[in-house]
Amino acid sequence: MSRWWLALGLLVMSWVAHGESGISRSISPDINDQTSLQRGMRLYVNYCLGCHTLTYQRFSRAADDLNIPQVLMEESLIFSPELAFDDPMHNALEIEEAQRWWGSAPPDLTLTAKLRGVDWVYAYLLGFYEDPGRPLGVNNTVYESVAMPNVLEPLQGVQALGCPEGASRVLSTPEKCRELVLVRPGTLKPAEFERAVYDITNFLAYVSEPSRLKAQGVAPKVMIFLFVFGVLAYLLKREYWKDIRKPGVNE
Amino acid sequence: MATPRRGEGQSWLNARFPASRLWREHLANYYVPKNLNVWYVFGSLALLVLVNQIVTGIWLTMSYNPTADGAFASIEYIMRDVEWGWLIRHLHTTGASALFIVMYLHMFRGLLYGSYKAPRELVWILGMTLYLILMAEAFMGYLLPWGQMSYWGAQVITSLFSAIPWVGPDIAQWVRGDYLVSGVTLNRFFALHVIALPLVILVLVVLHIVALHEVGSNNPEGVEIRQHKDDTGKPLDGIPFHPYYTVKDLLGVAIFLFVFCGVVFYFPDGGGLFIEQPNFEPADPLSTPDHIAPVWYFTPFYAILRAANFSLLGLDARFLGVILMAGAIAMLFVLPWLDRSPVRSMRYKGWMSKVMLRLFAISFVGLGVLGVLPSTPGRTYMAQGLTVIYFAYFLLMPFYTRWEAARPVPKRVDR
Repeated sequence: MSRWWLALGLLVMSWVAHGESGISRSISPDINDQTSLQRGMRLYVNYCLGCHTLTYQRFSRAADDLNIPQVLMEESLIFSPELAFDDPMHNALEIEEAQRWWGSAPPDLTLTAKLRGVDWVYAYLLGFYEDPGRPLGVNNTVYESVAMPNVLEPLQGVQALGCPEGASRVLSTPEKCRELVLVRPGTLKPAEFERAVYDITNFLAYVSEPSRLKAQGVAPKVMIFLFVFGVLAYLLKREYWKDIRKPGVNE
Repeated sequence: MATPRRGEGQSWLNARFPASRLWREHLANYYVPKNLNVWYVFGSLALLVLVNQIVTGIWLTMSYNPTADGAFASIEYIMRDVEWGWLIRHLHTTGASALFIVMYLHMFRGLLYGSYKAPRELVWILGMTLYLILMAEAFMGYLLPWGQMSYWGAQVITSLFSAIPWVGPDIAQWVRGDYLVSGVTLNRFFALHVIALPLVILVLVVLHIVALHEVGSNNPEGVEIRQHKDDTGKPLDGIPFHPYYTVKDLLGVAIFLFVFCGVVFYFPDGGGLFIEQPNFEPADPLSTPDHIAPVWYFTPFYAILRAANFSLLGLDARFLGVILMAGAIAMLFVLPWLDRSPVRSMRYKGWMSKVMLRLFAISFVGLGVLGVLPSTPGRTYMAQGLTVIYFAYFLLMPFYTRWEAARPVPKRVDR
């Protein structure tokens, strides 16, 4: 019978493991890496928060969790005079204005890392390329015809779709020539930029479930308690049941 | 004031309430077969998870806002601003899935050892009613976070009623209280989820246990321990539930909680199965998600519903799907009268029963997997094949249980 269960288990696992298409790299966020989260928050506040609110995330909670002093937070991360330390991470953007400018309002990103997954966010931020056919001159490999401009362009530079380096243009198929190639460098080197995008993604992963930090802290204590409880329960059970003759065993 | 003597308080209570009698009849002198194996722990575990759902549910209700405007934000408020709110919520969401895992294993135990057969038909039917009400409870609870999957899942399931000829659209509208799922639906589902259905569930749990204790537990051998008693009237192969099975179940509880808390603390989303990804976006009646799937514990029946993509006997595909889905659950209710085998336990049934039970388990899990995935023509064929197997297990049971040769059952638990 156990082989049947194994087969069923494998069937379920093979299905759970199926991946999403279009996203080539899988990253693992590390919400315990405070330096990365602090850099991510700084980048987010400077480049993203102007349009994308984090409605459910308070500045004060981030200050606590990311170990950022209140004074520093208020001086360098809370730009709007209308926002206080305990407020959620809002901005001054008018929804109607935004819709007029870009055709659609920028979504709130508090839960995006959960909704679309961290791999999606990471690939999306790296996936902008030059496309003169679009109103703002950019398109995205992960989100086709996206309305958003590449706000990180000063850091990243400009990418275009093209053939990979060293590949023969004559022999390459059109599909192969849809790779992202850096045509104009930005202020950051590609590796540094990828690190910056990782930090933003990591920050959004933290924001999507800040309680994960607390859960991780409590979890080992709970698991150890339950393990000890289990051992005691086993010893208790064995003590009581030693008088009971096992069925099928002759006296 | 004189201090009451020892036992005085007890006799005062017993003269007015059958406390000692209940303790004896249901725990200390309730005799249970001594050969119950690990499959028998899931009943106690189901009760444990139910208590978890009720307790965490009460605390969630304290901060939840049952309106279309406030529901989604109040969940995030619980997750972020309520002390230990994240733990209470994840205990509740993981608990819902855990309850169904435990219940499916509990029901499979019944199939394996014939626990539904006479004289335990009522225990089985009360249990099945409980399962049915718990499905309604879970379905209504799933609307409350007011995420995209909550909304569109409820939209799909409530529109199933409209497949009923003539009166269907009116029934669907009556259930929703609106032309579409709306804040009105959310309010009534909240009322049913936190008051009406939990009351019914608690009554059914009591009835299920009272009926069980009247006839006594079955066991893996499928022998009746009450037929062999000693001079004092105690079953020879029975042992008191307390302390033997209370300590054994306690061990089961410890192992279960270890796994359960592992999920709650490390993987509360359950890989997108316990909390589905689209539910991290607030409900939007104007934007349908790419792929709508109910939560995993409904997907076997959802796959059966989708497997009907053809008309038959003048019934259109949608209505046929609804009938098949309802039939799939109805089959379980009449199971005690489909099994004509002279023996209870799979250990003594013939090879046909063994093969059919395995095929049934595969079809149920397979349909569950297919119900989560978007449908393709190939998958629909698979779902149709598995639906045939699912129904064959029940509909052919009167025949294969009679044709096959059952092995002789020992008189006592000791072989």
